[in-house]
Amino acid sequence: MIVETDDALPVRTSDDVVRVRQAVRARAVAAGFSLVDQTKIITAASEIARNTVDYGGGGTVRIETLRNGQRRGVRLTFADHGPGIADLKLAMTDGYTSGNGLGLGLSGAKRLVNEFDVTSAPGQGTTVTLARWK
Amino acid sequence: MSDHQNLILSLIEKHQPQLLADWLSGLARGSRSGSGPHRDNDTPDQAKRFIEQLQRGVRSGQFDDISTSEWAPMRELLEDVSRNRANQGISPAETATFVFSFKEPLFELLRRNIPNDADLLARLIWQATRLLDQLGLFTIECYQKTREELIGRQQQELLELSTPVVQLWDGILALPLIGTLDSARTQIVMESLLDRIVTSGAEIAIIDITGVPTVDTLVAQHLIKTISAARLMGADCILSGIRPQIAQTIVHLGLELNVISKATMADALRLALHRTRKIIVDRAVPSAKETQWNG
Amino acid sequence: MGEIPILKIRDCLLVSIQVDMHDRLAMALQDDLTQRIVQDRARGVMIDISALEIVDSFIGRMLNNIAAMSRVLDAVTVVVGMRPAVAITLVELGLTLTGVRTALNVDKGLEMIRGIIDRDEREDDRRDR
Repeated sequence: MIVETDDALPVRTSDDVVRVRQAVRARAVAAGFSLVDQTKIITAASEIARNTVDYGGGGTVRIETLRNGQRRGVRLTFADHGPGIADLKLAMTDGYTSGNGLGLGLSGAKRLVNEFDVTSAPGQGTTVTLARWK
Repeated sequence: MSDHQNLILSLIEKHQPQLLADWLSGLARGSRSGSGPHRDNDTPDQAKRFIEQLQRGVRSGQFDDISTSEWAPMRELLEDVSRNRANQGISPAETATFVFSFKEPLFELLRRNIPNDADLLARLIWQATRLLDQLGLFTIECYQKTREELIGRQQQELLELSTPVVQLWDGILALPLIGTLDSARTQIVMESLLDRIVTSGAEIAIIDITGVPTVDTLVAQHLIKTISAARLMGADCILSGIRPQIAQTIVHLGLELNVISKATMADALRLALHRTRKIIVDRAVPSAKETQWNG
Repeated sequence: MGEIPILKIRDCLLVSIQVDMHDRLAMALQDDLTQRIVQDRARGVMIDISALEIVDSFIGRMLNNIAAMSRVLDAVTVVVGMRPAVAITLVELGLTLTGVRTALNVDKGLEMIRGIIDRDEREDDRRDR
Protein backbone atom coordinates (compact mmCIF):
# COMPACT_ATOMS: atom_id res chain seq x y z
CA MET A 1 0.00 0.00 0.00
CA ILE A 2 1.32 3.41 -0.93
CA VAL A 3 0.71 6.69 0.83
CA GLU A 4 0.26 9.23 -1.93
CA THR A 5 -0.28 12.39 0.09
CA ASP A 6 0.21 13.19 3.74
CA ASP A 7 -0.90 16.44 5.36
CA ALA A 8 -1.41 17.57 8.93
CA LEU A 9 -3.81 20.23 10.14
CA PRO A 10 -4.51 21.73 13.55
CA VAL A 11 -7.93 21.00 15.03
CA ARG A 12 -8.36 23.54 17.79
CA THR A 13 -11.14 25.89 16.86
CA SER A 14 -14.49 25.88 15.17
CA ASP A 15 -12.86 27.46 12.11
CA ASP A 16 -10.37 24.58 12.02
CA VAL A 17 -13.28 22.15 11.77
CA VAL A 18 -14.42 23.98 8.64
CA ARG A 19 -10.90 23.81 7.22
CA VAL A 20 -10.65 20.10 7.97
CA ARG A 21 -13.89 19.50 6.05
CA GLN A 22 -12.56 21.41 3.08
CA ALA A 23 -9.24 19.57 3.12
CA VAL A 24 -10.91 16.17 3.36
CA ARG A 25 -13.26 17.08 0.53
CA ALA A 26 -10.32 18.04 -1.69
CA ARG A 27 -8.61 14.69 -1.04
CA ALA A 28 -11.79 12.68 -1.50
CA VAL A 29 -12.49 14.37 -4.81
CA ALA A 30 -8.93 13.79 -5.96
CA ALA A 31 -9.22 10.11 -5.04
CA GLY A 32 -12.24 9.83 -7.31
CA PHE A 33 -14.83 9.17 -4.61
CA SER A 34 -18.51 9.21 -5.62
CA LEU A 35 -20.59 12.07 -4.27
CA VAL A 36 -22.17 9.91 -1.59
CA ASP A 37 -18.81 8.51 -0.49
CA GLN A 38 -17.38 12.03 -0.33
CA THR A 39 -20.29 13.17 1.82
CA LYS A 40 -19.85 10.24 4.17
CA ILE A 41 -16.14 10.69 4.84
CA ILE A 42 -16.42 14.47 5.18
CA THR A 43 -19.33 14.11 7.60
CA ALA A 44 -17.40 11.53 9.62
CA ALA A 45 -14.39 13.88 9.68
CA SER A 46 -16.60 16.72 10.85
CA GLU A 47 -17.98 14.63 13.72
CA ILE A 48 -14.58 13.55 14.99
CA ALA A 49 -13.07 16.99 14.46
CA ARG A 50 -15.78 18.52 16.63
CA ASN A 51 -15.14 15.91 19.31
CA THR A 52 -11.47 16.80 19.24
CA VAL A 53 -12.24 20.48 19.70
CA ASP A 54 -15.09 20.16 22.19
CA TYR A 55 -13.91 17.27 24.37
CA GLY A 56 -10.27 16.75 23.54
CA GLY A 57 -9.06 20.25 24.21
CA GLY A 58 -7.90 20.56 20.64
CA GLY A 59 -5.48 18.43 18.67
CA THR A 60 -4.34 17.58 15.17
CA VAL A 61 -5.49 15.56 12.19
CA ARG A 62 -3.36 13.72 9.67
CA ILE A 63 -4.92 13.31 6.25
CA GLU A 64 -3.46 10.65 3.98
CA THR A 65 -4.51 9.47 0.55
CA LEU A 66 -3.69 5.82 0.00
CA ARG A 67 -3.38 3.54 -2.98
CA ASN A 68 -3.66 -0.24 -2.75
CA GLY A 69 -3.36 -1.61 -6.27
CA GLN A 70 -6.31 -0.17 -8.13
CA ARG A 71 -8.13 0.95 -5.00
CA ARG A 72 -7.72 4.40 -3.56
CA GLY A 73 -8.60 5.54 -0.08
CA VAL A 74 -8.49 8.41 2.35
CA ARG A 75 -7.29 7.89 5.91
CA LEU A 76 -7.70 10.36 8.77
CA THR A 77 -5.96 10.21 12.12
CA PHE A 78 -7.26 12.57 14.80
CA ALA A 79 -5.17 12.90 17.93
CA ASP A 80 -5.53 14.96 21.06
CA HIS A 81 -3.99 15.05 24.54
CA GLY A 82 -7.23 15.71 26.31
CA PRO A 83 -8.83 13.92 29.24
CA GLY A 84 -9.44 10.75 27.23
CA ILE A 85 -12.55 8.58 27.21
CA ALA A 86 -13.26 6.74 30.44
CA ASP A 87 -15.61 4.11 29.11
CA LEU A 88 -14.91 3.44 25.47
CA LYS A 89 -17.60 0.83 25.05
CA LEU A 90 -20.23 3.14 26.42
CA ALA A 91 -19.03 5.99 24.21
CA MET A 92 -19.43 3.79 21.15
CA THR A 93 -23.08 3.00 21.79
CA ASP A 94 -25.74 4.91 19.93
CA GLY A 95 -27.37 7.70 21.83
CA TYR A 96 -24.59 8.11 24.33
CA THR A 97 -23.62 11.68 24.95
CA SER A 98 -21.46 13.42 27.46
CA GLY A 99 -22.55 16.86 26.39
CA ASN A 100 -25.94 18.07 25.33
CA GLY A 101 -25.48 16.80 21.84
CA LEU A 102 -27.05 14.00 19.92
CA GLY A 103 -24.27 11.76 21.09
CA LEU A 104 -23.60 10.21 17.75
CA GLY A 105 -20.02 11.28 17.23
CA LEU A 106 -18.16 8.00 17.47
CA SER A 107 -20.72 5.33 16.68
CA GLY A 108 -22.25 7.37 13.90
CA ALA A 109 -18.91 8.15 12.30
CA LYS A 110 -18.00 4.48 12.43
CA ARG A 111 -20.95 3.61 10.24
CA LEU A 112 -19.83 6.08 7.60
CA VAL A 113 -16.39 4.59 7.02
CA ASN A 114 -14.82 1.25 6.14
CA GLU A 115 -12.10 1.24 8.80
CA PHE A 116 -12.41 2.71 12.26
CA ASP A 117 -10.21 2.56 15.32
CA VAL A 118 -10.23 4.39 18.65
CA THR A 119 -7.48 4.38 21.26
CA SER A 120 -8.16 6.27 24.43
CA ALA A 121 -7.74 6.14 28.19
CA PRO A 122 -8.35 8.61 31.01
CA GLY A 123 -5.53 11.14 31.16
CA GLN A 124 -3.94 9.79 27.99
CA GLY A 125 -5.73 11.60 25.25
CA THR A 126 -7.58 10.09 22.33
CA THR A 127 -6.60 8.91 18.87
CA VAL A 128 -9.23 8.12 16.27
CA THR A 129 -8.34 6.65 12.91
CA LEU A 130 -10.87 6.43 10.09
CA ALA A 131 -10.48 5.32 6.50
CA ARG A 132 -12.80 5.12 3.55
CA TRP A 133 -11.97 3.29 0.34
CA LYS A 134 -13.36 3.93 -3.09
CA MET B 1 25.91 2.97 -19.23
CA SER B 2 27.70 -0.36 -19.19
CA ASP B 3 29.58 -1.89 -22.08
CA HIS B 4 26.85 -4.45 -22.58
CA GLN B 5 24.18 -1.83 -22.91
CA ASN B 6 26.43 0.13 -25.24
CA LEU B 7 26.89 -2.92 -27.39
CA ILE B 8 23.19 -3.70 -27.62
CA LEU B 9 22.48 -0.07 -28.42
CA SER B 10 25.04 0.20 -31.19
CA LEU B 11 23.87 -3.05 -32.76
CA ILE B 12 20.26 -1.89 -32.79
CA GLU B 13 21.24 1.46 -34.26
CA LYS B 14 23.37 -0.11 -36.96
CA HIS B 15 20.83 -2.71 -38.08
CA GLN B 16 17.60 -0.91 -37.37
CA PRO B 17 15.89 -1.28 -40.76
CA GLN B 18 16.59 -5.01 -40.91
CA LEU B 19 15.49 -5.45 -37.31
CA LEU B 20 12.22 -3.67 -38.01
CA ALA B 21 11.57 -5.67 -41.15
CA ASP B 22 12.23 -9.00 -39.45
CA TRP B 23 10.01 -8.07 -36.53
CA LEU B 24 7.11 -7.00 -38.72
CA SER B 25 7.23 -10.14 -40.80
CA GLY B 26 7.31 -12.18 -37.61
CA LEU B 27 4.24 -10.35 -36.34
CA ALA B 28 2.42 -10.88 -39.63
CA ARG B 29 3.28 -14.58 -39.56
CA GLY B 30 1.99 -14.88 -36.02
CA SER B 31 -1.33 -13.23 -36.76
CA ARG B 32 -1.86 -15.31 -39.88
CA SER B 33 -1.14 -18.54 -38.07
CA GLY B 34 -4.21 -18.57 -35.96
CA SER B 35 -4.28 -15.77 -33.41
CA GLY B 36 -7.13 -14.33 -35.44
CA PRO B 37 -7.49 -11.59 -38.01
CA HIS B 38 -5.39 -8.63 -37.09
CA ARG B 39 -6.77 -5.75 -39.02
CA ASP B 40 -4.38 -3.23 -37.64
CA ASN B 41 -2.73 -0.73 -39.92
CA ASP B 42 -0.96 0.99 -37.10
CA THR B 43 1.39 -1.89 -36.33
CA PRO B 44 4.27 -0.89 -38.64
CA ASP B 45 4.25 2.64 -37.30
CA GLN B 46 3.98 1.44 -33.72
CA ALA B 47 6.84 -1.00 -34.26
CA LYS B 48 9.07 1.72 -35.64
CA ARG B 49 8.33 3.99 -32.70
CA PHE B 50 8.91 1.10 -30.31
CA ILE B 51 12.44 0.61 -31.59
CA GLU B 52 13.11 4.33 -31.42
CA GLN B 53 11.89 4.54 -27.84
CA LEU B 54 13.82 1.40 -26.94
CA GLN B 55 17.01 3.01 -28.18
CA ARG B 56 16.20 6.16 -26.28
CA GLY B 57 15.56 4.28 -23.06
CA VAL B 58 18.69 2.19 -23.39
CA ARG B 59 20.74 5.25 -24.23
CA SER B 60 19.69 6.86 -20.99
CA GLY B 61 21.37 4.02 -19.17
CA GLN B 62 18.29 2.96 -17.29
CA PHE B 63 18.01 -0.76 -18.00
CA ASP B 64 16.47 -2.05 -14.82
CA ASP B 65 13.45 0.06 -14.12
CA ILE B 66 11.00 1.15 -16.79
CA SER B 67 8.91 3.21 -14.38
CA THR B 68 11.44 6.03 -14.47
CA SER B 69 10.92 9.25 -16.40
CA GLU B 70 13.38 8.22 -19.14
CA TRP B 71 10.96 5.53 -20.19
CA ALA B 72 7.87 7.73 -20.08
CA PRO B 73 7.51 8.11 -23.87
CA MET B 74 7.85 4.32 -24.28
CA ARG B 75 5.17 3.75 -21.64
CA GLU B 76 2.87 6.16 -23.44
CA LEU B 77 3.45 4.30 -26.68
CA LEU B 78 2.66 0.95 -25.07
CA GLU B 79 -0.46 2.43 -23.46
CA ASP B 80 -1.64 3.49 -26.91
CA VAL B 81 -0.83 0.09 -28.38
CA SER B 82 -2.70 -1.83 -25.72
CA ARG B 83 -5.66 0.57 -25.52
CA ASN B 84 -5.99 0.26 -29.28
CA ARG B 85 -6.07 -3.50 -29.17
CA ALA B 86 -8.23 -3.73 -26.06
CA ASN B 87 -10.90 -1.60 -27.67
CA GLN B 88 -10.83 -3.81 -30.74
CA GLY B 89 -11.42 -6.85 -28.60
CA ILE B 90 -8.04 -8.39 -29.39
CA SER B 91 -6.88 -10.88 -26.77
CA PRO B 92 -4.39 -9.89 -24.06
CA ALA B 93 -1.98 -12.57 -25.23
CA GLU B 94 -1.92 -11.21 -28.74
CA THR B 95 -1.48 -7.70 -27.41
CA ALA B 96 1.53 -8.67 -25.34
CA THR B 97 2.90 -10.59 -28.29
CA PHE B 98 3.55 -7.22 -29.88
CA VAL B 99 6.38 -6.75 -27.37
CA PHE B 100 7.49 -10.33 -26.77
CA SER B 101 7.81 -11.09 -30.44
CA PHE B 102 10.58 -8.50 -30.61
CA LYS B 103 12.84 -10.94 -28.81
CA GLU B 104 13.25 -13.24 -31.77
CA PRO B 105 14.69 -10.73 -34.26
CA LEU B 106 16.73 -9.04 -31.53
CA PHE B 107 18.33 -12.23 -30.28
CA GLU B 108 18.94 -13.29 -33.87
CA LEU B 109 20.70 -9.98 -34.43
CA LEU B 110 22.84 -10.45 -31.32
CA ARG B 111 23.67 -14.03 -32.23
CA ARG B 112 24.78 -13.09 -35.75
CA ASN B 113 27.03 -10.31 -34.46
CA ILE B 114 28.58 -12.19 -31.54
CA PRO B 115 29.46 -15.54 -33.04
CA ASN B 116 32.38 -16.46 -30.85
CA ASP B 117 31.65 -15.41 -27.31
CA ALA B 118 28.89 -17.61 -25.91
CA ASP B 119 29.33 -16.13 -22.45
CA LEU B 120 28.92 -12.55 -23.64
CA LEU B 121 26.01 -13.52 -25.86
CA ALA B 122 24.25 -15.19 -22.95
CA ARG B 123 24.71 -12.16 -20.76
CA LEU B 124 23.41 -9.76 -23.42
CA ILE B 125 20.40 -11.93 -24.12
CA TRP B 126 19.65 -12.04 -20.41
CA GLN B 127 19.83 -8.23 -20.10
CA ALA B 128 17.60 -7.80 -23.13
CA THR B 129 15.13 -10.38 -21.87
CA ARG B 130 14.74 -8.66 -18.53
CA LEU B 131 14.04 -5.37 -20.21
CA LEU B 132 11.60 -6.72 -22.77
CA ASP B 133 9.76 -8.77 -20.14
CA GLN B 134 9.15 -5.61 -18.13
CA LEU B 135 7.83 -3.85 -21.20
CA GLY B 136 5.63 -6.82 -22.13
CA LEU B 137 4.14 -7.08 -18.66
CA PHE B 138 3.50 -3.35 -18.61
CA THR B 139 1.60 -3.74 -21.86
CA ILE B 140 -0.59 -6.42 -20.32
CA GLU B 141 -1.34 -4.24 -17.31
CA CYS B 142 -2.39 -1.37 -19.54
CA TYR B 143 -4.58 -3.73 -21.50
CA GLN B 144 -6.32 -4.90 -18.36
CA LYS B 145 -6.91 -1.37 -17.20
CA THR B 146 -8.50 -0.46 -20.51
CA ARG B 147 -10.74 -3.53 -20.48
CA GLU B 148 -11.84 -2.72 -16.95
CA GLU B 149 -12.72 0.82 -17.95
CA LEU B 150 -14.68 -0.47 -20.92
CA ILE B 151 -16.57 -2.99 -18.82
CA GLY B 152 -17.26 -0.34 -16.24
CA ARG B 153 -18.78 1.93 -18.86
CA GLN B 154 -20.90 -0.87 -20.28
CA GLN B 155 -22.12 -1.81 -16.83
CA GLN B 156 -23.12 1.76 -16.16
CA GLU B 157 -25.07 1.96 -19.42
CA LEU B 158 -26.76 -1.35 -18.72
CA LEU B 159 -27.67 -0.17 -15.28
CA GLU B 160 -29.20 3.02 -16.54
CA LEU B 161 -31.18 1.16 -19.19
CA SER B 162 -32.50 -1.50 -16.83
CA THR B 163 -33.67 0.70 -14.00
CA PRO B 164 -35.51 3.67 -15.35
CA VAL B 165 -37.37 5.94 -12.98
CA VAL B 166 -40.64 6.95 -14.62
CA GLN B 167 -43.00 9.75 -13.85
CA LEU B 168 -46.53 8.39 -13.59
CA TRP B 169 -48.18 11.72 -12.94
CA ASP B 170 -47.41 15.14 -11.52
CA GLY B 171 -45.52 14.54 -8.35
CA ILE B 172 -45.66 10.74 -8.59
CA LEU B 173 -42.65 8.67 -9.61
CA ALA B 174 -42.40 4.92 -10.13
CA LEU B 175 -39.30 2.75 -9.88
CA PRO B 176 -39.99 -0.70 -11.32
CA LEU B 177 -37.16 -2.91 -10.14
CA ILE B 178 -36.44 -5.88 -12.34
CA GLY B 179 -34.18 -8.84 -11.84
CA THR B 180 -31.99 -9.81 -8.96
CA LEU B 181 -30.63 -6.96 -6.94
CA ASP B 182 -27.09 -7.02 -5.70
CA SER B 183 -25.80 -4.54 -3.19
CA ALA B 184 -23.95 -2.33 -5.65
CA ARG B 185 -26.79 -2.14 -8.14
CA THR B 186 -29.37 -1.43 -5.48
CA GLN B 187 -27.30 1.45 -4.14
CA ILE B 188 -26.92 3.05 -7.55
CA VAL B 189 -30.60 2.61 -8.34
CA MET B 190 -31.66 4.08 -5.03
CA GLU B 191 -29.39 7.08 -5.42
CA SER B 192 -30.80 7.82 -8.86
CA LEU B 193 -34.33 7.59 -7.46
CA LEU B 194 -33.51 10.19 -4.83
CA ASP B 195 -31.93 12.45 -7.45
CA ARG B 196 -35.07 12.17 -9.58
CA ILE B 197 -37.22 13.05 -6.61
CA VAL B 198 -35.31 16.32 -6.31
CA THR B 199 -35.33 17.19 -9.99
CA SER B 200 -38.98 16.33 -10.57
CA GLY B 201 -40.25 17.62 -7.23
CA ALA B 202 -42.14 14.38 -6.72
CA GLU B 203 -43.82 13.89 -3.36
CA ILE B 204 -44.36 10.17 -3.78
CA ALA B 205 -42.22 7.40 -5.22
CA ILE B 206 -43.73 3.99 -5.87
CA ILE B 207 -41.10 1.28 -5.62
CA ASP B 208 -42.38 -1.77 -7.42
CA ILE B 209 -40.68 -5.10 -6.84
CA THR B 210 -42.95 -7.35 -8.91
CA GLY B 211 -39.98 -8.24 -11.07
CA VAL B 212 -37.66 -9.09 -8.20
CA PRO B 213 -37.46 -12.84 -7.47
CA THR B 214 -35.79 -12.65 -4.07
CA VAL B 215 -35.05 -10.08 -1.44
CA ASP B 216 -32.30 -10.71 1.09
CA THR B 217 -31.42 -8.78 4.23
CA LEU B 218 -28.93 -6.53 2.50
CA VAL B 219 -31.32 -5.49 -0.24
CA ALA B 220 -34.11 -4.99 2.26
CA GLN B 221 -31.82 -2.76 4.30
CA HIS B 222 -31.04 -0.67 1.26
CA LEU B 223 -34.75 -0.34 0.57
CA ILE B 224 -35.39 0.75 4.12
CA LYS B 225 -32.53 3.26 4.05
CA THR B 226 -33.71 4.69 0.76
CA ILE B 227 -37.23 5.15 2.07
CA SER B 228 -35.86 6.85 5.19
CA ALA B 229 -33.70 9.13 3.06
CA ALA B 230 -36.65 10.03 0.84
CA ARG B 231 -38.68 10.93 3.92
CA LEU B 232 -35.86 13.04 5.32
CA MET B 233 -35.89 14.95 2.07
CA GLY B 234 -39.61 15.58 2.25
CA ALA B 235 -41.03 12.88 -0.01
CA ASP B 236 -42.55 9.49 0.76
CA CYS B 237 -42.53 6.01 -0.74
CA ILE B 238 -45.06 3.28 -1.36
CA LEU B 239 -43.96 -0.28 -1.93
CA SER B 240 -45.84 -2.39 -4.43
CA GLY B 241 -45.72 -5.81 -6.05
CA ILE B 242 -44.62 -7.84 -3.05
CA ARG B 243 -45.13 -11.47 -3.94
CA PRO B 244 -46.14 -14.03 -1.31
CA GLN B 245 -42.66 -15.57 -1.16
CA ILE B 246 -41.05 -12.21 -0.54
CA ALA B 247 -43.62 -11.37 2.11
CA GLN B 248 -42.67 -14.60 3.86
CA THR B 249 -38.97 -13.85 3.61
CA ILE B 250 -39.49 -10.40 5.08
CA VAL B 251 -41.41 -11.73 8.07
CA HIS B 252 -38.89 -14.57 8.44
CA LEU B 253 -35.95 -12.18 8.54
CA GLY B 254 -37.80 -10.11 11.09
CA LEU B 255 -37.54 -6.98 8.98
CA GLU B 256 -39.57 -3.95 9.93
CA LEU B 257 -40.47 -2.36 6.66
CA ASN B 258 -42.34 0.58 8.13
CA VAL B 259 -43.74 1.62 4.78
CA ILE B 260 -47.15 1.23 3.19
CA SER B 261 -47.11 -1.63 0.75
CA LYS B 262 -49.72 -2.44 -1.84
CA ALA B 263 -50.17 -5.64 -3.80
CA THR B 264 -50.10 -4.01 -7.23
CA MET B 265 -48.73 -0.85 -8.73
CA ALA B 266 -52.30 0.09 -9.65
CA ASP B 267 -53.26 0.07 -6.00
CA ALA B 268 -50.18 2.08 -5.15
CA LEU B 269 -51.02 4.61 -7.85
CA ARG B 270 -54.56 4.94 -6.53
CA LEU B 271 -53.19 5.73 -3.08
CA ALA B 272 -50.59 8.12 -4.46
CA LEU B 273 -53.22 10.05 -6.42
CA HIS B 274 -55.35 10.28 -3.31
CA ARG B 275 -52.42 11.56 -1.27
CA THR B 276 -51.59 14.18 -3.85
CA ARG B 277 -55.21 15.32 -3.78
CA LYS B 278 -56.14 14.15 -7.26
CA ILE B 279 -59.45 12.62 -8.28
CA ILE B 280 -60.21 10.66 -11.43
CA VAL B 281 -63.78 10.88 -12.73
CA ASP B 282 -65.57 9.14 -15.59
CA ARG B 283 -66.72 11.36 -18.43
CA ALA B 284 -70.52 11.66 -18.90
CA VAL B 285 -72.19 8.78 -20.74
CA PRO B 286 -72.79 9.71 -24.45
CA SER B 287 -76.41 10.54 -25.41
CA ALA B 288 -78.61 8.16 -27.47
CA LYS B 289 -78.16 10.30 -30.63
CA GLU B 290 -74.34 9.96 -30.48
CA THR B 291 -74.41 6.20 -30.10
CA GLN B 292 -76.72 5.93 -33.12
CA TRP B 293 -74.30 7.90 -35.24
CA ASN B 294 -71.28 5.85 -34.19
CA GLY B 295 -73.19 2.60 -34.76
CA MET C 1 -27.23 40.78 13.68
CA GLY C 2 -25.60 37.60 12.37
CA GLU C 3 -24.34 37.03 8.87
CA ILE C 4 -27.24 34.90 7.69
CA PRO C 5 -30.10 36.96 6.25
CA ILE C 6 -33.65 36.20 7.40
CA LEU C 7 -36.39 37.00 4.90
CA LYS C 8 -40.05 37.47 5.64
CA ILE C 9 -42.67 35.98 3.31
CA ARG C 10 -46.15 36.83 4.58
CA ASP C 11 -46.17 35.30 8.05
CA CYS C 12 -43.21 33.02 7.46
CA LEU C 13 -39.51 33.53 7.97
CA LEU C 14 -37.11 32.09 5.40
CA VAL C 15 -33.48 31.35 6.20
CA SER C 16 -31.13 30.17 3.50
CA ILE C 17 -27.94 28.56 4.80
CA GLN C 18 -25.26 29.07 2.21
CA VAL C 19 -22.04 28.92 4.13
CA ASP C 20 -20.09 26.38 6.08
CA MET C 21 -21.37 27.08 9.58
CA HIS C 22 -19.23 27.37 12.64
CA ASP C 23 -20.33 27.74 16.24
CA ARG C 24 -20.63 31.52 16.46
CA LEU C 25 -22.71 31.69 13.32
CA ALA C 26 -25.02 28.92 14.50
CA MET C 27 -25.59 30.58 17.88
CA ALA C 28 -26.18 33.94 16.23
CA LEU C 29 -28.72 32.40 13.85
CA GLN C 30 -30.67 30.75 16.65
CA ASP C 31 -30.75 34.04 18.58
CA ASP C 32 -31.76 36.10 15.55
CA LEU C 33 -34.51 33.69 14.55
CA THR C 34 -36.04 33.59 18.00
CA GLN C 35 -36.09 37.37 18.08
CA ARG C 36 -37.62 37.68 14.64
CA ILE C 37 -40.33 35.09 15.28
CA VAL C 38 -41.59 37.21 18.14
CA GLN C 39 -40.97 40.53 16.42
CA ASP C 40 -42.71 39.59 13.19
CA ARG C 41 -45.29 37.30 14.80
CA ALA C 42 -44.21 34.59 12.41
CA ARG C 43 -46.23 31.38 12.24
CA GLY C 44 -43.70 29.47 10.19
CA VAL C 45 -39.93 29.13 9.91
CA MET C 46 -38.42 27.69 6.75
CA ILE C 47 -34.77 26.67 6.69
CA ASP C 48 -33.38 26.14 3.21
CA ILE C 49 -30.40 23.78 3.30
CA SER C 50 -30.17 23.15 -0.44
CA ALA C 51 -26.69 24.69 -0.46
CA LEU C 52 -25.37 22.42 2.29
CA GLU C 53 -23.19 19.56 1.11
CA ILE C 54 -22.71 18.31 4.64
CA VAL C 55 -25.06 18.07 7.57
CA ASP C 56 -23.39 16.70 10.69
CA SER C 57 -24.74 16.24 14.21
CA PHE C 58 -23.82 19.84 15.04
CA ILE C 59 -26.09 21.20 12.32
CA GLY C 60 -28.66 18.57 13.29
CA ARG C 61 -28.62 19.90 16.86
CA MET C 62 -29.04 23.41 15.60
CA LEU C 63 -32.05 22.45 13.48
CA ASN C 64 -33.63 20.58 16.37
CA ASN C 65 -33.04 23.58 18.67
CA ILE C 66 -34.63 25.96 16.22
CA ALA C 67 -37.63 23.66 15.86
CA ALA C 68 -38.01 23.39 19.63
CA MET C 69 -37.81 27.14 20.16
CA SER C 70 -40.24 27.84 17.34
CA ARG C 71 -42.73 25.38 18.74
CA VAL C 72 -42.68 27.18 22.07
CA LEU C 73 -43.37 30.39 20.16
CA ASP C 74 -46.23 28.71 18.24
CA ALA C 75 -44.42 28.58 14.91
CA VAL C 76 -43.93 25.62 12.58
CA THR C 77 -40.43 24.74 11.36
CA VAL C 78 -39.84 23.15 7.95
CA VAL C 79 -36.44 22.21 6.56
CA VAL C 80 -36.30 22.22 2.77
CA GLY C 81 -33.91 21.30 0.01
CA MET C 82 -31.99 18.45 1.61
CA ARG C 83 -29.64 16.90 -0.96
CA PRO C 84 -29.86 13.14 -1.64
CA ALA C 85 -26.25 12.51 -0.61
CA VAL C 86 -26.89 14.34 2.65
CA ALA C 87 -30.11 12.38 3.30
CA ILE C 88 -28.35 9.07 2.65
CA THR C 89 -25.52 10.05 4.99
CA LEU C 90 -27.85 11.18 7.74
CA VAL C 91 -29.73 7.89 7.59
CA GLU C 92 -26.45 6.02 7.87
CA LEU C 93 -25.29 8.33 10.67
CA GLY C 94 -28.52 7.55 12.51
CA LEU C 95 -29.40 11.18 12.96
CA THR C 96 -33.08 11.96 13.41
CA LEU C 97 -34.49 15.44 13.12
CA THR C 98 -37.07 15.53 15.87
CA GLY C 99 -39.90 17.99 15.59
CA VAL C 100 -38.60 19.09 12.23
CA ARG C 101 -40.79 18.67 9.21
CA THR C 102 -39.20 18.46 5.79
CA ALA C 103 -40.26 19.40 2.29
CA LEU C 104 -38.55 19.16 -1.07
CA ASN C 105 -38.35 22.87 -1.78
CA VAL C 106 -39.45 26.34 -0.67
CA ASP C 107 -42.75 26.16 -2.57
CA LYS C 108 -43.81 22.90 -1.00
CA GLY C 109 -42.52 24.11 2.35
CA LEU C 110 -44.77 27.17 2.23
CA GLU C 111 -47.70 24.98 1.20
CA MET C 112 -47.01 22.70 4.12
CA ILE C 113 -46.84 25.56 6.61
CA ARG C 114 -50.04 27.05 5.19
CA GLY C 115 -51.75 23.70 5.49
CA ILE C 116 -50.73 23.24 9.12
CA ILE C 117 -51.68 26.79 10.14
CA ASP C 118 -55.07 26.50 8.43
CA ARG C 119 -55.72 23.13 10.03
CA ASP C 120 -54.80 24.48 13.47
CA GLU C 121 -57.09 27.46 13.00
CA ARG C 122 -59.98 25.19 12.05
CA GLU C 123 -59.24 23.19 15.21
CA ASP C 124 -59.30 26.33 17.30
CA ASP C 125 -62.56 27.48 15.69
CA ARG C 126 -64.16 24.15 16.41
CA ARG C 127 -63.10 24.26 20.01
CA ASP C 128 -64.29 27.80 20.50
CA ARG C 129 -67.80 27.07 19.31
